[in-house]
Order: sequence, then C-alpha cells, then structure tokens
Amino acid sequence: MRHILSILVENEAGALSRISGLFSARGYNIESLTVAPTEDPTMSRMTIVTSGSDDVVEQITKQLNKLVEVVKVVDLTDGNHIERELMLVKVRAAGKDRDEMKRLADIFRGRILDVTDKSYTIELTGTGSKLDAFLQAIEPGVILETVRTGASGIGRGERILRI
Amino acid sequence: MQLTGAEILIRCLQEEGVEYVFGYPGGAVLNIYDELFKQNKVKHVLVRHEQGALHAADGYSRSSQKIGVALVTSGPGVTNAVTGIATAYMDSIPMVVITGQVPTNAIGQDAFQECDTVGITRPCVKHNFLVKDVRDLAVTVKKAFYLATTGRPGPVLVDIPKDVSQALAEYAYPKTVTLRSYNPVTKGHAGQIKKAVQLLLEAKRPMVYTGGGIVLNDAAESLTRFVRLLGFPCTNTLMGLGGFPATDPQFTGMPGMHGTYESNMAMQNCDVLLAVGARFDDRVIGNPEHFYRQDRKIIHIDIDPSSISKRVKVDVPIVGYVRDVLDEMVKIVESSPLRPDAATLKAWWGQIKEWQRKDCLRYDRDSALIKPQFVVEKLYEITGGDAFITSDVGQHQMWAAQYYKFDKPRRWINSGGLGTMGFGLPAAMGVQLANPQATVACVTGEASIQMCIQELSTCKQYHLPLKLVNLNNRYMGMVRQWQEFFYGNRYAESYMDALPDFVKLAEAYGHVGVKIEKPGDVEGALREAFAQKERLVFLDFITDQTENVFPMVPGGKGLTEMILAEEL
Repeated sequence: MRHILSILVENEAGALSRISGLFSARGYNIESLTVAPTEDPTMSRMTIVTSGSDDVVEQITKQLNKLVEVVKVVDLTDGNHIERELMLVKVRAAGKDRDEMKRLADIFRGRILDVTDKSYTIELTGTGSKLDAFLQAIEPGVILETVRTGASGIGRGERILRI
Repeated sequence: MQLTGAEILIRCLQEEGVEYVFGYPGGAVLNIYDELFKQNKVKHVLVRHEQGALHAADGYSRSSQKIGVALVTSGPGVTNAVTGIATAYMDSIPMVVITGQVPTNAIGQDAFQECDTVGITRPCVKHNFLVKDVRDLAVTVKKAFYLATTGRPGPVLVDIPKDVSQALAEYAYPKTVTLRSYNPVTKGHAGQIKKAVQLLLEAKRPMVYTGGGIVLNDAAESLTRFVRLLGFPCTNTLMGLGGFPATDPQFTGMPGMHGTYESNMAMQNCDVLLAVGARFDDRVIGNPEHFYRQDRKIIHIDIDPSSISKRVKVDVPIVGYVRDVLDEMVKIVESSPLRPDAATLKAWWGQIKEWQRKDCLRYDRDSALIKPQFVVEKLYEITGGDAFITSDVGQHQMWAAQYYKFDKPRRWINSGGLGTMGFGLPAAMGVQLANPQATVACVTGEASIQMCIQELSTCKQYHLPLKLVNLNNRYMGMVRQWQEFFYGNRYAESYMDALPDFVKLAEAYGHVGVKIEKPGDVEGALREAFAQKERLVFLDFITDQTENVFPMVPGGKGLTEMILAEEL
C-alpha cells in the first residue's frame, strides 16, 4: 500500500543522506521525496511517499525514529490529509494544437508560465493522479519536458505536526 | 582562557573519566597526539593496525561498565577502523571513535589521506559528527558520549579536521546535554508489564529467552531473580551468555544454529515466550516461517522499538530498559499471591529433562586426537569458570560458547552480529586493560588469529599477560564444516596451508609459545600457562581436523530441524 510519511528533521548537513541511506540499506521503496526548511530554519520537513505492507511501513517508521536527527515521523495516510504535487511541463504548442493546449491547461487549472511561438510551459498543482491524468490527456508526442516535485502533504483540520 | 581544539578534546576526555585511548597516529591527528603527550591522565595504547584499536576499545567496553575510546587518523586510518566500528555497531557496544580529518578547506579536494569519513561510517554508527567549528567541539564530544551510552548503545564517531584541532576557542564542558530529536523511551509501560506478568503466571509451557541486552543494561541480577522466582527454564543467546548463570539448573544452554537440543525444542514448543534484550536473529530462531508454525504468545522487552516485531510478530511489546522492566516484574510477582501452577510447570520440566537426555553436546572423549571441546572444558576447569574469555569467529567460537559455562555477565566477549575474524586478540587487550587483575584468555583458531596477529606486539609493549588458546585444525573449520555438509566435501580454499610455526612466532614477539599435540598434555599445558601470571602464552593445540560443531540447524531450516552428532 502507498503511504505518505511526514518527517521533521534537524536541518543539518547529512540528515538527508542518513534518511535516504536508511531506505536503500534496508531495501525500502522511495516513490518520491521532497524536503525544505520549515518556518523554523533549524528544522526541515520531509515528505516521503513509500509503499509496502503495514509491517514494512511500521518498520520504516521505527527505523526513521531511531535516526538521531529525526525529530518526528507521522504517517499521513493514517488519517485525513491533503496531498499536493507541483509539475512543470513544457509542451509543443504550434498551429492548431496551440489553442487546444491552452484549453486543456485551463480545464486542469494549470497556468501557462512561459510562452514561445512553438511552446508553452505549464504549471500544474494537484495530487499525483491529477498530474498523471493531464499527461495522459495530451498527446505523448507534444511533451517536450516534464519536472515534478513529488508529493507534499499535510494533515486535515486539527492534525498538526510540530514539536 | 582560549584552548586549541586538541587541548579541548583531551580536556573533554579527562572530564568523561577516560582512562585509555586506543589508537594509531597520523598526519591529521598530530595536534591531538601532541596534546596527549603533554599530559598523563588519559593513557594511550598504541596498536599495530587501526582495526586492533577499535576491537580493543570494544573489548574494553564489553568487559566493563566503562566506555572504550579509539583515536585514528584520516583516510586509511578510518577505512582500517571500519571493520571494528561495524563490529561494535552490530552488537550495540558503546564506544566513542575520534578520527582526524584533512583541514576543512581541503575537504572535497581529494586531499592526501582524505576520505568521506562521515559518509563511509554512516551506516555502521549510531551517529556521527563532522566538527567544522572549534566552538562546537566540546558540546559535540559530550553529545557523542551521551548518545553512545544511552538508549540502545552503539559507537559514535567524531571527525575532527586538522585546522579545527589547531584553532582556538573558549573551553567549557557542558555537564549535561539534551537533543530535541533524541528521546529514547526508557521506562516500560506499566499496563503492558502487568499484562506480561499475567500471561507468564498463566503459562503452561513458559520459556525465557534473553540476549545481549541483559549484559549491556547490567540486568543479569534482575533476570536471575525473576527467573528463579518463577522457576522457568531460561536460555541465553550467544550475545547474552552470562546473563543467567550457566551452572544454574534452570539454564538450558544456548539456543539457535548451534544451540542445545533442549533450548531449541523449548523455544519452539513453549506456549509463552519471554524475550528480553534479544532480537530473534536468523542464527537464533532459524526460518521464521517454521518458527510461526507453533502457536505461542510472545512477550518482548527491548530498549529499541525497531527490534520489536521486526522478524517475528509479538503479542506484548514492552519498550524500555530491560533491567527496570524486569525489576518491576519481580515486584509485581512478589506482591501477588499468584504463582505458576506447580504441577503444570513440573510436567513442562519433565519434557525438557527428556530433551536434555539427548546429551546433545557429547563428543568422543576417548579420541587419540585432541578434541577442541575437551580443550575448552579443561580451560573452564582450570580457570575456575572465572576468566574473561574472548573469541574469534568460527567453530572455536561455538565450542567456547557451548562448553565454557559463563556464570557472570561481561565475561564472554565475542563478535556475534558481524562475525569478525580477528576480533579476539585485540579485544582481549582491551579486556585486560579494563580488568588488570583478571585472567583473560582468547579462544581462537589458526585462521582467525592471523587476521590481527600483529597485536602480539602491542601485548608485549603493554605487558598484557593474555593466554591464547589456539584450536589449530589447519582448516577454516566452520567453512570446512559447511563444505562437508552442503558442498559435497569440496573443500574450496578452506585449508590453511603454509601455517607459521606459532611457537616460534610467539617467541619472536617476545612471548611464550607452546605446542600441544596429545590429549594427555592438554591439562598440564593449560595449568602451566595460567601459572605464568606475567607472560603472554600462546598455546597451539593441534586438534582433530574433522571435528564438527553440533547440534546444527542448517541455514534456512527450522529451529527444531537440527543435525545431531549421532545422525552422521
């Protein structure tokens, strides 16, 4: 099963490699990993999307907690949560496709950030499956380049992750 | 007053009460060595190879309640030390490792003797630090000692660039240190403890299985009190030997791959298993699928939550210091009128005694060749069971574990997790320095001993009167045993050809060497060796080449699928 782990970690050199090293050393999956400092610059927040049986995810959580620089770990998929991912996609936009591409971006609530006479660069935010749906909706041939951040997540309502 | 980084480090070590540092100098640690030279509180032990420094610091930790400290230089100093660090990590041994690093402005430039120490050691330390600013040094050292010794212990490494050990800073050593990200749960949950006691009191076929956690947490007395109070059978893993007295009738021997028949049968057939400071290692429970086939309730007490339900699902998990939890359990039992049902427990003991009648550790006592088991039995007799015994890795290790009856914790020093050949001799040096009055012997083999034999020179320099018991069968015995059982007797590269004359080798290093070839000479040779209180004696026992370790659970097999000696 897919799980989203939110991790508060000391914003120190090497913390990221301790965490990614743990995943590779113990054979756990990383589907995506995003990290940036929080409002408190001494601390970073990481979102890791992983998959595995409940036993495996329990073990991942325990192993993460064991790392000295990890402050807190929460499995967002244990409760209601919001998940967003940002994608930038550069597409061919020439001739009759140009208007169609603009309409499609609008439907997916995307924004066109950059325009040339042959291409658009579109920004899209949403769940991973929404971004997948957009990519499937356009012809593969017109995609010039994509870049995705991986998921970021936060609990709904009063669910708060902080120290 | 401003001090250099090197001065600060030495002051910190003095504050921590460090008596010995095991190390080897080199360019990046010269500032530190210069400061060591200028004082005499912290003594330095010069090894002959960095691996030896780490094992010695490790043996020092394991055999005492003190903490071993090692000091090595950058680059090859560190890479040589890695085996020793990983050895300590796998067995959760508290240790502080200080490493020199190239100056901060040279880091990443492929400088001479540079390596990414923090990167290389990351997977085999509890934690590590690169100190980039001398002002952080004292607090980092404090953190290192704190992390190494609390929670689940382990080695912690502090990497100090050469310019940092040279730079000046105000010195203040913090009395305590806290880390917001590090708060191990140390007190067991009261409700869970009650539940565990309840389960144990109602058990029909209880079994107590304990590991290295008992030794590390100095919980042997608490365990012994608890087990005797309830009258349950008790087994100690390879790492846990001495946690419960081996001569106690309630002790059933070691479990696992080379465990006793009765311990393995009881582990498998019990209805309530109390696991304390143990981790259901593959060498202990064999194939987990097979282990599951028998229905039983499992209580698991451990300081590390990630050890619980890692390989085997547990019914009552208790996270905390095992000693405190056991003390709490004793209190609950003592204040309760309930006791295990005597008749049911007697029936269970009847079953265990029947298993014991297999006499699974018997061997041919009339052989014309020296049997390695016999040597260990005599070693036990002659040292009155009161020696510190270190070992290397292989058949001799298993025989030492099976035939030397450890009644006290911290007496049996071996590399259980990583299985590091070459561990025994340097570890024994650390043991002897931590316990200067004690009798220290290293049970080894002709293959293992050659992996760190250079440390015989260190033993000479520091007058360490170790007794080396070399069970010399001219084979990497355990490899040979697997080749005999599972590879059709094809002994690929397991024969130790061109062995040195160990007697002359010992003499060349300034020690006493003795070669023993007949069973009748074993006892006399051991007696004479242990009578030489001031000298290191290398006893080279020429043993039966074909002897195997029994019982044996072949890799991947179930715990009760043992090969016994008689079956071959």
